[in-house]
Amino acid sequence: MSTTPAADRAGAVKAVTRNRLFWPAAVLAVLLVANLAFTPDFFAVRLQGGHLYGSLIDILHFGAPLILVSLGMTLVIATGGIDLSVGSTVAIAGALACLHISESTDPGGLGTVLTALGIALGAAVLLGAVNGLLVARAGVQPIIATLILMVAGRGVAQLITDGQIITVTSDPYKLIGGGYWLTVPFAVLLAAAVVLAAVLLTRSTALGLLLESVGGNPVASRLVGIRATRLIALVYVFSALCAALAGLMVSSNVSAADGNNAGLWIELDAILAVVLGGTSLNGGRFSIGGTVLGALIIQTLATTVYTIGVPPETTLVFKAFVVIAVCLVQSPVFRAKLAARGSRVRRTTDRPYVAAPTDREVGA
Amino acid sequence: MRQQPVLEVRGIRKEFPGVVALDGVDFRLFPGEVHALMGENGAGKSTLIKVLTGVHRADGGEVLLAGRPVRIGGPLEAQQAGISTVYQEVNLCPNLSVAENIFIGREPRRFGLVDWAAMRRRAAELVRELDLDVDVSAPLGSCSIAVQQLVAIVRAVAVSAKVLILDEPTSSLDRDEVQRLFAVMRRLRDQGVAILFVSHFLDQIYEICDRTTVLRNGRLEGEYLTAELDRMELVSRMIGAELAGLDQLGGGKRRERTAPAGPAFLQADGLTRRGAVEPYELDIRPGEVIGLAGLLGSGRTEAARLLFGADRSDGGTLRIDGAVTALRGPRDAIARGIAFCSENRKTEGLIGDLTVRENIVLALQASRGWTRPLSRTAQDAYALRWIRALDIRPGNPEAPVRNLSGGNQQKVLLARWLITDPKLLILDEPTRGIDVGAKAEIQKLVAGLAEDGMAVLFISAELEEVLRLSHRVGVLRDHRMVARLDNDGELTPEHVMATIASGAHP
Repeated sequence: MSTTPAADRAGAVKAVTRNRLFWPAAVLAVLLVANLAFTPDFFAVRLQGGHLYGSLIDILHFGAPLILVSLGMTLVIATGGIDLSVGSTVAIAGALACLHISESTDPGGLGTVLTALGIALGAAVLLGAVNGLLVARAGVQPIIATLILMVAGRGVAQLITDGQIITVTSDPYKLIGGGYWLTVPFAVLLAAAVVLAAVLLTRSTALGLLLESVGGNPVASRLVGIRATRLIALVYVFSALCAALAGLMVSSNVSAADGNNAGLWIELDAILAVVLGGTSLNGGRFSIGGTVLGALIIQTLATTVYTIGVPPETTLVFKAFVVIAVCLVQSPVFRAKLAARGSRVRRTTDRPYVAAPTDREVGA
Repeated sequence: MRQQPVLEVRGIRKEFPGVVALDGVDFRLFPGEVHALMGENGAGKSTLIKVLTGVHRADGGEVLLAGRPVRIGGPLEAQQAGISTVYQEVNLCPNLSVAENIFIGREPRRFGLVDWAAMRRRAAELVRELDLDVDVSAPLGSCSIAVQQLVAIVRAVAVSAKVLILDEPTSSLDRDEVQRLFAVMRRLRDQGVAILFVSHFLDQIYEICDRTTVLRNGRLEGEYLTAELDRMELVSRMIGAELAGLDQLGGGKRRERTAPAGPAFLQADGLTRRGAVEPYELDIRPGEVIGLAGLLGSGRTEAARLLFGADRSDGGTLRIDGAVTALRGPRDAIARGIAFCSENRKTEGLIGDLTVRENIVLALQASRGWTRPLSRTAQDAYALRWIRALDIRPGNPEAPVRNLSGGNQQKVLLARWLITDPKLLILDEPTRGIDVGAKAEIQKLVAGLAEDGMAVLFISAELEEVLRLSHRVGVLRDHRMVARLDNDGELTPEHVMATIASGAHP
């Protein structure tokens, strides 16, 4: 079997389009450029009072919680699982932190805020461990195991806030979701730091490889001696921690905790972000970079809905159509069908066969 | 007899990125014949079959069905055109019943609803025609792999196929089942069905096939009448100029073997697991190859899994290096220097998504834990060294392992365990479904490893192979180890067969 020069050239082009991040990045770019048509100064970023302002900054700023939740979701999905409880965890974390601050005698004190953060993140570790043990040790299907906390957790959050919206006045707490540092929204920096840490954690250790292995083939992974139980429990804890951080951002940004609505349906957006980023729901290969792009696509879409003035009653329908289109564009099967149709029209009957560019297999 | 071929391909060409899998191949299939498609792993057999069944679209050439050019758009269209295929790995639904599997997609209906009684009745008839004793209402997953394979053939036959493609259907069948399959194939042939048969067992080719087409490196090597094609000729056509190592294939030359003396590395006393294997005794010394022989489902795999901790034993004792050990799982066994290559490469061995490199380093990495990663340089070195040593093709460490052929996947698994430098290597059917060339390489490798002091437990359905490699042979029958034979040079396959058949050492 030999390599042909034609295959080499085609391979070079394909190497770009085949890159895992190509399609999510292309979709994001198209969405951003489309906004330019409606909002000429969409790409403008200006410095005002030591803070950066602009639509792009807004997308990053308001997208930060989703990026964090999606990041945790990515690792869970890589192991072949799913975490539906992240929305509830967002609410619980915000509620716990705000409760502690509001009941404190010194709501503006750094010590109070740090304790609040500790309580929220500690609770998240507990919630994640419950999910992880249910899935990894008790063998409950992930969708069921985390559904329990998704439903019950919402109730817990309301219990914590006593059914009310707890408002807090605390400058250090406000920084997390609403503050700026070095002209950039602090939430963006925080999300970037966590993403970077996750990339380092998975790719410069063997964690990524082992997670992909467990998700790709659990039976074979056991037979090569991977301790899957521990790994799986760990990713649910990580997912809960990410969700709690997102919950702190959300509640800090509005200086209030709303047990009912904080993080409502964010688990679905997160799953969508992971899928848009090119990670398969079947588990195995994952891409953190793809997930970040996926989350930004969703946030850009939300921004677009406002900037182009889609009427509120049709926003969900508009979003649905864009999401369907994005999914189709990203589907290799759909692209292959489209390409096959195009070339079938062009070619004459002397070459009745058309290469399907999707399927790769070598040899017999 | 000048007949029109029922299926013909002319100048078919198929390229995958960087590889020409089929290069201008011609192939003819006449009604009422059994036609063997032969070639090494990677010769293009599977690709040709996938083109015929519409899984792949060819990049050039044409397919003619009964003389008329056709375009086969997919497996369903192929089936509608009368081309049915049974693949090596059974592609049925284990959670559905046998009857449902046979009729899936074309269930008999009454008043728009599935007529379950008729389905079961007709399934039972079809199964009986094949001389099979199967409860058609049982879930397919509860049947042995061999029976599942036969159900797949029943399903293919039930669609009144003009062309039946059997892609290594015999690799998981025992001798009786193969004969049963051949009886069915002969009956279908006499009814005028054209059968394309792929097998790595030369004996089977000579037993059942009228004509043989040989592929090599994606090119047509030739089409022959099987009766006029000498065995050595066939093998040399398949492997071309690379005739080195052919003496390994003759089977006659067994190496001189003196069983090494010294204390056993591993010793099993009355080790058992209910429903899997009766209490058995086994000891393996460093440098020794122990063969496990027996029919499919006789408990060979089950016995080996206990030694690896893949299943837990519920009786007996296991000693490793003289110390009584209770293995809590594969991790325990690996830590003690035991490696296990499963017979189910896809489900229990490879991580299809991951690359060749990642699959090779996986066991070593798992034993180091995630906090001590192998550097990329070290991974590349391991991968490249073993790709070269075992001649894994394609030689690209970054190719997804899913895209490799069966023999090359097996070599990846071997490499995975060899880099952990095990003291005991358990090989469960390491040569099943792979070609003669790769088979000889793996046998040579096993013999070499044992000479260097590794203990090897070698499980195979091919008695010749077991006898060629092993110092001693354990014979299993009905989940019981019925004999342990010294391979003293006088032990013959017939002898072992007799032991399996009678259940005692004659």
